[in-house]
Amino acid sequence: MSRPRIFVPRDAGALAAGSDEVERVLVATLRRRGIDAEIIRTGSRGLYWLEPMIEIAVGGERIAYGPVGIGDVEALFDADFLDGKPHPLRLGAPDEISFLKRQTRLTFARCGIVDRLSLADYRTHGGYRGLERALGLDPAEIVEEVVRSGLRGRGGAGFPTGIKWRTTAQTDAPQKYIVCNADEGDSGTFADRMIMEGDPFVLIEGMTIAGIAVGATKGYVYIRSEYPHAIETFGRALEIARAERTLGPRVAGSSHAFDIEVCAGAGAYVCGEETALLESLEGKRGMVRSKPPLPAHRGLFGRPTVVNNVISLASVPIVLAEGAASYGALGMGRSRGTMPIQLAGNIRHGGLFEAGFGVMLGELVDDIGGGAASGRPVRAVQVGGPLGAYFPRALFDTPFDYEAFAARDGLIGHGGIVVFDDTVDMARQARFAMEFCAIESCGKCTPCRIGSTRGVEIIDRITRGENVTDNIALIEDLCATMKFGSLCALGGFTPYPVMSALRHFPEDFGAKSGLAAAE
Amino acid sequence: MARFEDWSEQRAGELIARHAQQEGAALPILHALQETFGYIHRDAVRMLASALNLSRAELHGLVTFYHDFRSAPPGGHVLKLCRAEACQSMGADALAAQAREKLRVDWRGTTVDKRVTLEPVFCLGLCACAPAAMLDGQVFGRLNPKRLDALIERTNRT
Ligand SMILES: Cc1cc2nc3c(=O)[nH]c(=O)nc-3n(C[C@H](O)[C@H](O)[C@H](O)COP(=O)(O)O)c2cc1C
Ligand code: SF4
Ligand code: FES
Repeated sequence: MSRPRIFVPRDAGALAAGSDEVERVLVATLRRRGIDAEIIRTGSRGLYWLEPMIEIAVGGERIAYGPVGIGDVEALFDADFLDGKPHPLRLGAPDEISFLKRQTRLTFARCGIVDRLSLADYRTHGGYRGLERALGLDPAEIVEEVVRSGLRGRGGAGFPTGIKWRTTAQTDAPQKYIVCNADEGDSGTFADRMIMEGDPFVLIEGMTIAGIAVGATKGYVYIRSEYPHAIETFGRALEIARAERTLGPRVAGSSHAFDIEVCAGAGAYVCGEETALLESLEGKRGMVRSKPPLPAHRGLFGRPTVVNNVISLASVPIVLAEGAASYGALGMGRSRGTMPIQLAGNIRHGGLFEAGFGVMLGELVDDIGGGAASGRPVRAVQVGGPLGAYFPRALFDTPFDYEAFAARDGLIGHGGIVVFDDTVDMARQARFAMEFCAIESCGKCTPCRIGSTRGVEIIDRITRGENVTDNIALIEDLCATMKFGSLCALGGFTPYPVMSALRHFPEDFGAKSGLAAAE
Repeated sequence: MARFEDWSEQRAGELIARHAQQEGAALPILHALQETFGYIHRDAVRMLASALNLSRAELHGLVTFYHDFRSAPPGGHVLKLCRAEACQSMGADALAAQAREKLRVDWRGTTVDKRVTLEPVFCLGLCACAPAAMLDGQVFGRLNPKRLDALIERTNRT
């Protein structure tokens, strides 16, 4: 009989649920029972309510068990889980779990399945096919393939990735850079983290293809310091890639040179804005630059630079491997391909749901997500991070699509959906949006720097019941000033959560003390 | 308990020299200093300014821009509680109040016995396992009042 293989996630979300403790108990139990088994550390499948979810390979098939606590391990062995036998925690084949079965996993095809630090595993599961095809094309053909796929930036702004590459490719310079934005500061998002921890080589491959396409030989990944596990895993993946020469002076035996360096952020949300990020990489304060010049013309250290989100870059290998037409066939309208949607907050089935654009918000929250974890009614969702709008149930018929959300004064941003039940106080959420803007403002524009603090004060007055009508008019006015008088989306989009809370949940801003007394 | 080294000008000099030549060296050096000493000592600001050819005012502006860098030594343990929206939706505000009360500190404060420093963090990427926290670099999810108490208890044991 072949040696049993046990797959245990090492993704930070799984660790937070106790996967390392489970692994320790597994190791001890195997030793005590004299069983010779291999433990493989993977990323997460993204079904976080089932973490720690461990898997066994039985005759080429995977069988999952979860959520496994340290107290369950003994009983799992007694039930012969190594042979995939029944146990109350047995979930069956992971791909058959409805949450996974309904997805279209392209960017996340390997995440949670492979040994996250094995290049051999990566190759066995389809890795480096994209680079292989890219090496057979002219750089300009690679760029056009990405343009044709319709891939838009997954960091938030949704700018076409191929067009950005074309601009950089057409700018002559002795040195160009690929900068990967792994600052992932939006609450409710963790897709970048999952990729860096669960399938780091796909990001390396995507960045390498980008480098070859635009003529850049050096890449940087700016990872937020709140992600120490991603920094560690990705750093180790880089060492492995260099040792196996898929990075270095002759990438995969070709004539192209490419290498990547990791830089850690330092806890500033605004450094996710691409020009602030470049300033930070240069060792300065993360102050937003005014454009032009575009980073594609004058970016890092004044040289032409592609700045892309982790997911944008990690989606490039599949675009190249399967072809632009196949990727672009998925989605709706001008939103092509798949989007890793992140279900977070007060939701029963929180996790990563990758699907073609166009899924209805209500389907995501109520059906796929299973409603609120608290069991109470869902009252509001914030889509797109701290700068995204709050949507009430009345807008649950909005399809997940850049334009559809924009048409309803919202945004999809990096794809995070944070769910709130009916205990939420929307005035408090609006206040937090202003407070967050005040804490994180880079300080360049007055409406953002000062306006946000004034915003907190005005909302406080409203919730105290002081001149409510006048103060609501004042906050609307302030939001308009911030929207039009800010250089970047931190000051410019903070009005989204504030105004949407006010518009869709006016009762939370009204005669509040009266309401509370009536309860 | 001493996770950090005592301030040493010589040791700081070595850390600065190790990175000073690379482009954009400031952040990597500041991270190295804080990892070693737990905070950015006043003298480190002076030394780094001269190594990078910046004024002390410029360097001060740099250090204070980033929320990560501390200007005073932290306690033996650093507890970061997530204050962002996904964690709010699962009761993070109440947990924060509980932690502040139990430790008798405000945000960024250190307990009188120098055992714990409490810091806010805006998202740890654990939003599907909210509310979340990080204790000395280790992550914890699905917190509730009882689990938070247990987490704080841990800092008493080591
Ligand atoms: C305040 C602010 C924060 C941002 N944070 C991030 C972030 O954490 N990650 C990200 O990829 N993009 C972020 N962006 C968007 C970037 O400026 C930029 O659009 C993106 O990195 C481009 O990559 P993409 O085209 O692949 O999306 C942020 C923008 C603003 C205004
Ligand atoms: S809007 Fe705010 S964060 Fe953006 S550039 Fe202006 S001051 Fe800086
Ligand atoms: S909001 Fe708390 S971990 Fe993301």
